[in-house]
Amino acid sequence: MSAITELEPSTHSLNIDPRPLVLQAKGLVKRYGQVTALDGADFELRAGEIMAVIGDNGAGKSSLIKALSGAISPDSGEILLDGQPVVLKSPIDARRAGIETVYQDLAVAPAMTIAENLFLGREIRRNDVLGQWFGALDKRKMLEDSIAYMQELKIGIRSMSQAVETLSGGQRQGVAVARAAAFARHVVIMDEPTAALGVKEGNMVLELIRNVRDRGLPVVLISHNMPHVFEIADRIHVARLGRRAAILNPKAITMSDAVAVMTGAMKPADIPPHWLAQ
Amino acid sequence: MPSWKDQMPSLGTLGPLIALVLACGFFALQSEQFLTGANFSLILQQVMVVGLIAIGQTLIILTAGIDLSCGMVMALGGVVMTKMAHDHGLHPIVAISIGFAVTAGFGLINGLLVTRIKLPSFIVTLGTMNIAFALTQLYSQSQTITDLPAGMTLLGNTFAIGQTQVAYGTVVMLAMYALSWLWLRDTATGRHIYAVGNNPEATRLTGIATHKVLLLVYVLAGLCYGLAALLSVARTGVGDPNAGQTENLDAITAVVLGGTSLFGGRGMIIGSLIGALIVGVFRNGLTLMGVSSVYQILITGILVILAVATDQLSRKGGR
Ligand SMILES: Nc1ncnc2c1ncn2[C@@H]1O[C@H](COP(=O)(O)OP(=O)(O)OP(=O)(O)O)[C@@H](O)[C@H]1O
Ligand SMILES: [Mg+2]
Repeated sequence: MSAITELEPSTHSLNIDPRPLVLQAKGLVKRYGQVTALDGADFELRAGEIMAVIGDNGAGKSSLIKALSGAISPDSGEILLDGQPVVLKSPIDARRAGIETVYQDLAVAPAMTIAENLFLGREIRRNDVLGQWFGALDKRKMLEDSIAYMQELKIGIRSMSQAVETLSGGQRQGVAVARAAAFARHVVIMDEPTAALGVKEGNMVLELIRNVRDRGLPVVLISHNMPHVFEIADRIHVARLGRRAAILNPKAITMSDAVAVMTGAMKPADIPPHWLAQ
Repeated sequence: MPSWKDQMPSLGTLGPLIALVLACGFFALQSEQFLTGANFSLILQQVMVVGLIAIGQTLIILTAGIDLSCGMVMALGGVVMTKMAHDHGLHPIVAISIGFAVTAGFGLINGLLVTRIKLPSFIVTLGTMNIAFALTQLYSQSQTITDLPAGMTLLGNTFAIGQTQVAYGTVVMLAMYALSWLWLRDTATGRHIYAVGNNPEATRLTGIATHKVLLLVYVLAGLCYGLAALLSVARTGVGDPNAGQTENLDAITAVVLGGTSLFGGRGMIIGSLIGALIVGVFRNGLTLMGVSSVYQILITGILVILAVATDQLSRKGGR
């Protein structure tokens, strides 16, 4: 309970924004032996926004995102989903709670079809005797739903029954994003979704992320790519030394301002108030 | 709507079928006896034991594993079920069930070592292969078990289709192929087996209990070896402690010839039946031609390397 008395000083941002907080983390700590990956990190994500997470190498971005997606459990601190504390012991817990993550290394089964990848682990059974007694799958329904998802996100792939390995890198990432978007009820987290892609494909995925947000799902986007971050983010979470240095407003600052906060050239206490996002 | 192209089996499955048809054509030209119903029935009988082992082996290879113990576990199962019936006078159904329990138990041990201790399946099954072989010899004292009750060999009996006598065991094998094909193709668990072989980490992250899938696969494979043991007993009429020695590698050969990738996640179970038939047709055809069995082994070896090389090359090309 003592954690409550140690609330961060930047109370000016409290409750000014009318959009509800969907996902929140308070004082996350994660140590690996001598190394402190997270040193009291805070996080917040509001409904309908894209929150970019930037930071130097080793700043604790991946650790933060892993804690939010259940891939690691923090030593202390708490995570709140819709204001309720949740304990995420595994990625499966996070998924059950409605948090979907697109992992950096294209988490798809390459030899399986797009439809199969979209429904992997959430297959739909047939509604008849075959389905109820023998677990036969409703492949037609899954195929039709896949087409609908992909159209909704404006991903132009003709056949849902082609193997994912026949797709380009951007299209594959599109499948991973579509899967997360289709099943996420609360939050979509994406770890460097454009890192492995060329310019055109990267832009395609950015467009896709916007579509996901416009469908009403808030997105957490980890990226090293500043132009991408500034193009798409509503707010920017700057991670530094295992903590949150600031939440910046991309419309009020330049990229070099963001880099100054990221590298510590600009101390959190000296950041001009108008740089900060509400 | 799926287009007709997506419904077609890929070249990976057509290749083995073409090879089988070509082999049949070749042997039909070489020997008049080859293309007869009786000879085909014989080939099926010669193939049924390997064919059943290959079903279990396919499941394991689809998960990117391999089972070197398959033939030896089958031999142990055969010795256990025949000794239970012969030495202890147990009812065939009870004796057979105990044999199945032993082979499934070996599958369970293989599966637990692979999933819990995370040992490579190659090493685990190299160990259990030797253990199963030793247990078989110890338990049987290297003696063949004869004088079996009729119930033990029922599946070796035949029925007539026209002029041709067909063994019940071959029908069992074909039915098992049909069942496992549908199961792998049309159920969630079946698709999860492919997914685990394709990308185990991604599969785990989707919330699928990959360890359970693997464990199930190894136990089901054990049950296949049990059924293969029963077919072997039915076909030979005895419990043979030296059974399974050619089948052990022949089953892997059949799976590989059938186009299932040793890297996991790709292939069709029907391919393994075709692979087993290719091995059977070569053995049978070369015998009819009077070619010595040493050359049969030589040719099987060449076929395996061709099949694995094709797998490797197509995998590289596909990326
Ligand atoms: N599994 C681990 N074992 C030991 N140390 C770790 C582990 N994971 C992270 N760390 C350490 O924790 C710190 C933060 O790592 P983290 O991966 O969260 O940083 P990051 O901001 O994602 O960096 P990058 O931009 O390089 O991906 C680093 O010093 C890292 O070496
Ligand atoms: Mg990282």
